[in-house]
Amino acid sequence: MKDKNMANTINLKIDGIDVSVEEGKTVLDAANKLNIHIPTLCHHEDLCVAGNCRVCVVEQEGAKNLVASCATPAAEGMVINTNTHKVRNARKHIVELLLSEHNADCTKCYKNTKCELQDLASELVITEPMFIDLVPGKNYTTDQQSPSIIKDDSKCIRCQRCVRTCAELQHVSALGVAYKGDQMKISTFFENPMYDVVCTNCGQCVNRCPTGALIEKNYLDEVWEAIYDEDKHVVVQTAPATRIALGEDLGMEPGSIVTGKMASALRRLGFDSVLDTDFTADLTIMEEGTELLTRLKKALVDKDTSVKLPMTTSCSPGWIKFIEHMYPEYLENVSTCKSPQQMFGALAKTYYAQKKEIDPSKVVSVSIMPCTAKKYEANRPEMRDSGYQDVDLGLTTRELAVMIRQAGIDFQKLPDEKFDSLMGDSSGAAVIFGATGGVMEAALRTAYEIVTGREVPFDNLNITPVRGMEGVREAAIKIENTKPEWNFLEGVELKTVVAHGLTNAHKVMEAVKSGKADWHFIEIMACPGGCLGGGGQPIPTTPEIRQKRAEVIYREDEGMPVRKSHENPEIQQIYKDFLGEPLSHKSHELLHTHYQPRKRH
Amino acid sequence: MPDKKLKRVDLIFSEECSCKDVLADGLKKSNEELLNEILDSGLRGRGGAGFPTGLKWKFTAQEKAEEKYVVCNADEGEPGTFKDREILSRVPLKVFGGMAMCAKVIGAKHGYLYLRGEYQFLKNDLQKALDEFHSYLKEMDFDFQIHILMGSGAYICGEESALFESMEGKRGEPRNKPPYPTVAGFRNKPTVINNVETLVYSFMITRIGAKTFHDLGTADSRGSKVFSVSGDTPIPGIYELELGMPLEDFVEEFGDGDTKAVQVGGAAGFCVPRKKFKDTIIGFEGVPTGGSMMIFNSSRSMYNVLKNYVEFFEEESCGQCTPCRVGCQQLKHGIEAVKRGDKSAAYLDTLQKLAETMKVTAKCGLGQSVANSFSSIVDNFKEEMIY
Repeated sequence: MKDKNMANTINLKIDGIDVSVEEGKTVLDAANKLNIHIPTLCHHEDLCVAGNCRVCVVEQEGAKNLVASCATPAAEGMVINTNTHKVRNARKHIVELLLSEHNADCTKCYKNTKCELQDLASELVITEPMFIDLVPGKNYTTDQQSPSIIKDDSKCIRCQRCVRTCAELQHVSALGVAYKGDQMKISTFFENPMYDVVCTNCGQCVNRCPTGALIEKNYLDEVWEAIYDEDKHVVVQTAPATRIALGEDLGMEPGSIVTGKMASALRRLGFDSVLDTDFTADLTIMEEGTELLTRLKKALVDKDTSVKLPMTTSCSPGWIKFIEHMYPEYLENVSTCKSPQQMFGALAKTYYAQKKEIDPSKVVSVSIMPCTAKKYEANRPEMRDSGYQDVDLGLTTRELAVMIRQAGIDFQKLPDEKFDSLMGDSSGAAVIFGATGGVMEAALRTAYEIVTGREVPFDNLNITPVRGMEGVREAAIKIENTKPEWNFLEGVELKTVVAHGLTNAHKVMEAVKSGKADWHFIEIMACPGGCLGGGGQPIPTTPEIRQKRAEVIYREDEGMPVRKSHENPEIQQIYKDFLGEPLSHKSHELLHTHYQPRKRH
Repeated sequence: MPDKKLKRVDLIFSEECSCKDVLADGLKKSNEELLNEILDSGLRGRGGAGFPTGLKWKFTAQEKAEEKYVVCNADEGEPGTFKDREILSRVPLKVFGGMAMCAKVIGAKHGYLYLRGEYQFLKNDLQKALDEFHSYLKEMDFDFQIHILMGSGAYICGEESALFESMEGKRGEPRNKPPYPTVAGFRNKPTVINNVETLVYSFMITRIGAKTFHDLGTADSRGSKVFSVSGDTPIPGIYELELGMPLEDFVEEFGDGDTKAVQVGGAAGFCVPRKKFKDTIIGFEGVPTGGSMMIFNSSRSMYNVLKNYVEFFEEESCGQCTPCRVGCQQLKHGIEAVKRGDKSAAYLDTLQKLAETMKVTAKCGLGQSVANSFSSIVDNFKEEMIY
């Protein structure tokens, strides 16, 4: 056996061209290196190899059958041909077969023009179907019960990307394969609706579904209706991660920051007030940072054994649903803070409405989120503390892009505009909420300063140990020379851990459960990369794209005049005018909540 | 063309020897000696695919791993095959003996017998035989344990990698190959997986010697094999015959005098029409079989025969890969449409091409072999498909 660390080079020939790749790479990887395009459907960079759609078959000299390039390791001396008569016929047959089982009513499909199967059918110029239409004989069903995700089996090509996503990335396995043969389908526990199973609504399956089988439930018509309703005052909030990804759905490259254009587009769409979730991200830091310090004080000074540590973040609704199902015994460890979306919602119909002298019953609160779980969160019974449903309509980044296109706006040529005021100002600390580790970094910037009166001891406030794309990242920060009122923290090493993707959340929680972990504060984001890789973000998603989004998030932070949540002037104002202080009675009433244990199926 | 005649043989069920003695003698031999006997015998897998058994053992023996396994594939699911059932009920000790020989050669401490779900009724007796066998091993101080695992009735679980998945408690879906089981099989450890009959022959070869086995059969198909004879025959049952006979001889022996076609190798095998009996050899140089020999006389509709097969595949495909899952449905709906007249006879050519695509693109042997029966029946009995 060869040493796995020694990357051996494999030499092979594809379409007559020599190519060398590292040992362990596939024929598909080698072809990509030569910029030879081999179509794929079940393959996805984030997932393990499946090799089940067979669209990527190629001819290997000396082999009796064609081989699936995604699942075949490159081997020394291999001779591969990707464009032979045999390959072309087989590929066309396979796509024809998929289409014969597929409800190909493309013009009525939410994924029309954004469908990998449609692209392939178009590439192969499939006009007259070769085979018998099997769809009428199938009893396909559509599950529309979830407020987040629609599962339409008639569009499914059984590539199992969703199954692998849910198992490998999220450790949830809400989706699995049921039955065999012609009955084989992607299903849930006892075929219950997704609303009634362990699904966290994270939407990572939606991000990876090549067709329209898994899509977000869209609320486009409802939002347009509200906008056109003269009687309504429609406020919109935009999450931190929307501004670094929206451009991708409007013809721009990954890694484009479009904050100003987004504000400008929202105004042109007709929203009455264009506001920012980043404002409530800052507010979250004030509340959550204070909550952490309070818990530490109760545990260390008051020796209150009922205080639950480590404390975990609560911004990610996918994470909340996950812990409700998987670790309900740790629900008290979750920060009681609502997510920024929900803090915003509660304030829009109270603080904002009062200040603007608008009847809160006339306020329609819309959110633009990188997330499908936010739709579910907005509909939670816990989220009605304003006396109304706090957030009326949750849209994804993708849906906003659709609205912008529908309105005929030339997005790339828009001028940069600012958010409106009251709840439109934010700090760099809020922007980085969009990246894994961002909440931790933002919280540390504020909490450390509250305790010591000094800025965090990192160059230019960049707490690099909590950044990056490692699945689980630990960091410790030593607290020294505290202010007198915080002297119980003197010399304490604040231990933190950051995890993104629920498989990593599972690892962290197992460590907590085993009693071996001594963390004080845990940040968990349900999606890979954090919100920037959220289930509502532009498709496709790959590690490279997420990396680019992360880079611009940190660039946006560095360019902000205010970098710390507690220095956001609007935050200072809301405490002065409305909330009093963090964790005040008013805060508790509007900004905090508790979640419920759920069954594990 | 080899000039073999039909010849009955009795290696498998012969009771002239004591299993315990054969086992004791075998375990005394060196690993090299045992392996060479299997290699030299020319024994090829009896499940149908025909991979040289000795090579399988050799490759697995060469792998360096803490754990290795030997697995007996007793998920006998091919339509028309019932020889493993007979072997397991009559000579289970020989099956276990073959597993022990393999375990010795490759260095396995654990063996598994994966029993077809429908053979639940065999389990008690098998377990009793196994307890007896374990007592022999204990006496002989050979550290090897066999476990019986039950399948649940899916045909696909007879495919070796799907069988491993099923053994591991997962859904029985075939894996990508490579890696092959000799490198990464059960629990991703080097594994020999052999058919029931292959293991018995391996065991018997250690007694009769490689030469005696090698002298039987033909260049590509050494030895004898157990056939499951069914259909339009006055004498259905299990027969052990030397490999390499012409199908004509077989039909003469087992047919009812009106044989129209023989389906060799089950639903996954080939249909040979009367006009080709003379020139068809049963063996790897001609038409191979895992044992199933279904005889059809002229009263049978070959359309119904084929429809039955494609319905079987449509249901038993695991559904994982496109060509097999959808291809099987299309073949079934296609021949029905032609028969009804909804599609022209020319559509059969489209279906033939589709079957060819399935053969070269399906992920595992199931989807790859659907074309065998489909093409051979449609080619030879086209008029029956149309009218």
